Amino acid sequence: MTDATSGSAMGKPKSSLLVQDDRTKRRNAAEARFRGYGVVAITIAMLALVGLLSSILYNGSSAFRQTFITLDVYLDPAKLDKDGSGDLAKIAKVTTFGYAPLIKKSFEVEFEKQGIGVEGMKPKDAAKMISKEGPAELRRFVLANPDQIGETLSFEFLASGRIDGYYKGRVTMESAEIDKNVSPEQLQLADQMKDAGVLETKWNWGFLTRADASENRPEAAGLGVAILGSFYMMMVVLCLSLPIGVAASIYLEEFAPKNWITDVIEVNISNLAAVPSIVFGILGLAIFINFAGLPQSAPIVGGLVLTLMTLPTIIIATRASLKAVPPSIRDAALGVGASKMQSVFHHVLPLAAPGILTGTIIGLAQALGETAPLLLIGMVAFVREFPSAPPEGFFDPAAALPVQVYNWTQRADPAFVERASGAIIVLLVFLLFMNAVAIILRRRFERRW
Amino acid sequence: MSVKLTASALAIVAAATAADARDQLQIAGSSTVLPYATIVAEAFGENFDFPTPVVEGGGSGAGRKKMCEGVGENTIDIANSSSRIKPSDIELCASNGVSEIMEVRFGYDGIVFASDINGPSFAFTPADWFTAIAKEVVVDGKLVANPNAKWSDVNADLAGNDILAFIPGTKHGTREVFDKKVLEAGCKATGALDLLIEANGGDKKAGKKACHALRTDGVSVDIDGDYTETLARLDANPQAIGVFGLSFYQNNTDKLIVATMDNVTPSTETVASGEYPVSRPLFFYVKKAHLGVIPGLQEYIDFFVSDDMAGPDGPLAEYGLVSDPELMKTQEMVANGTPMGPMN
Repeated sequence: MTDATSGSAMGKPKSSLLVQDDRTKRRNAAEARFRGYGVVAITIAMLALVGLLSSILYNGSSAFRQTFITLDVYLDPAKLDKDGSGDLAKIAKVTTFGYAPLIKKSFEVEFEKQGIGVEGMKPKDAAKMISKEGPAELRRFVLANPDQIGETLSFEFLASGRIDGYYKGRVTMESAEIDKNVSPEQLQLADQMKDAGVLETKWNWGFLTRADASENRPEAAGLGVAILGSFYMMMVVLCLSLPIGVAASIYLEEFAPKNWITDVIEVNISNLAAVPSIVFGILGLAIFINFAGLPQSAPIVGGLVLTLMTLPTIIIATRASLKAVPPSIRDAALGVGASKMQSVFHHVLPLAAPGILTGTIIGLAQALGETAPLLLIGMVAFVREFPSAPPEGFFDPAAALPVQVYNWTQRADPAFVERASGAIIVLLVFLLFMNAVAIILRRRFERRW
Repeated sequence: MSVKLTASALAIVAAATAADARDQLQIAGSSTVLPYATIVAEAFGENFDFPTPVVEGGGSGAGRKKMCEGVGENTIDIANSSSRIKPSDIELCASNGVSEIMEVRFGYDGIVFASDINGPSFAFTPADWFTAIAKEVVVDGKLVANPNAKWSDVNADLAGNDILAFIPGTKHGTREVFDKKVLEAGCKATGALDLLIEANGGDKKAGKKACHALRTDGVSVDIDGDYTETLARLDANPQAIGVFGLSFYQNNTDKLIVATMDNVTPSTETVASGEYPVSRPLFFYVKKAHLGVIPGLQEYIDFFVSDDMAGPDGPLAEYGLVSDPELMKTQEMVANGTPMGPMN
């Protein structure tokens, strides 16, 4: 202490902790620069993410709301059941084209009752404000309840895509002037109907439960078949890739002798994880459809292809978590007389399970968002029938969520833009949910040594 | 464990495929025909006791090839096509046992030239297009590399926009029609055809083919995606002109302004009357061996060409199809199941 004081008293020290010399300054500046780069990088990444998410939310959130028109429809026996026999086979002969006039008629009645209407507008044009899904819904109802023919019942119809777009800001009076599919008169009438409480925009469960629809009725298009198809595929992937992947990694990690064959296998598994997914699609088309004769557009084929894609991910994750279990656990088990198999299945595997599950869920999430291989095996098709319950349902045609997005972005009607973004939101929610489950599992059950 | 599981999985697969006879129609092909086919499929599923057919896009050529893969439940029943089947397809079909095919023409489609709604409107002739985007054009009676930069260079009556055209890529059926009805016609009208035939040593075919050559300096851009991509590109380049199907344009009249061709405005009427020059027939091809085997096939094709669907007041016409004036004949042909004769 005294030495130090006397040293400073003697003159200028060679170096000081309080005064930075040039070298230290340079080093500190380099560090500050590096931190700056980091902040910039993260900011760019965050901005990109925020931009992407906000554009998807901005475009897509409106898909979850839909405009409905409630009308009283007289189920005219003269049109639906001409001879009054009530014979279902005869009633079924009336096609949806026969139901459209009923809706037109109910518009006339509604106008008179509510005292609304736009001058020079015919009920025929007004009826175009109802989705073309309307007559189909009406027909479905009548065939299910033939005894209701002759009654006047209240039905809630989807409004056509353009009317719906008017309340979502996609269609304006100005654009309606030059739009062939909607007229300003129809929009005026829609406003009157809104005031009368006949027309309303509300939450749309149909977006999640309905099947896809043709370009003539974007308002009726939903994700039902795609969600079910994706779910079936994930079931196939889970049922195949988890047992196969875990068994393969246990064998490789715990039992297999270390020689050049296992080395080759190991390298190949790592390589397989990096193979572009479209290659698995080509493989699936060649093997599962052309060779094995499995049906096109079926979740089973999609599931098998995605299984091939997910297997390496699961094997790598499983092997990593098996490796993380300390050898002392195995030694202890063997030491008290357990067989090799008992030590693995009673002690190592339970300890590795959280890691395996996390890897599996992340692999599944990856498979859920995969599009490219599905394009090749016919999953891009227009499918309106819901697949039946498994296991037969695995062989019925179905769509898949990411493919549905791809499909909708190619449609001509502008209303499909919002639906494609809406489908992305649904897909992202599923992915977020799966990743959250993976994180929670890891947090709660993972043990560290 | 893994062996057992895979074995049982495979057993389920095998059992289910054997037991499961296909009851849904499978259709693939042209993306131009796709919207029409989905509209028909949807209405078919609603009104009949058969399930809604599965309709896939993929392109006309791919669809025909898929149809020609053979006969049986694992092959598709119908191929949609925006261009006529080729002799090579028929040969492929025959070599795979698909001997009888029904050719059904259900209507026409117009091809339109459109630009951003806020831009100037155009009145084109095929010669304008040829002079604007062909690789070599006629200047003072000689073929020279295309020097034109603005539409007003091509034709003094046109607006002074820089030439930038988004045309369908070569895998599209639309491109074939564009080549034939616009480029070849323009080639002939400007006199380039004669010079090109001369340059090819009098070979007429090679001369015509040379008319399809486009300049490569970036003013004509091939779009391999769908019309939605072309529309997005127009959004980004409001000066440009895009090539669309008539039905696509009719669904986006609030964004696009359509150009006339030879002073005819494209519409379902002018295409039907033949006044509008750039149009083409739309087809679907039915594998006859599947009739009576796959349930609903006959009903579907009857329904497709019925007046309710493909007629001038039907939903297809509403979407943009130009209805076939000879629809009656087609209906009769479909009802009788007449296969197509040898191609002429």
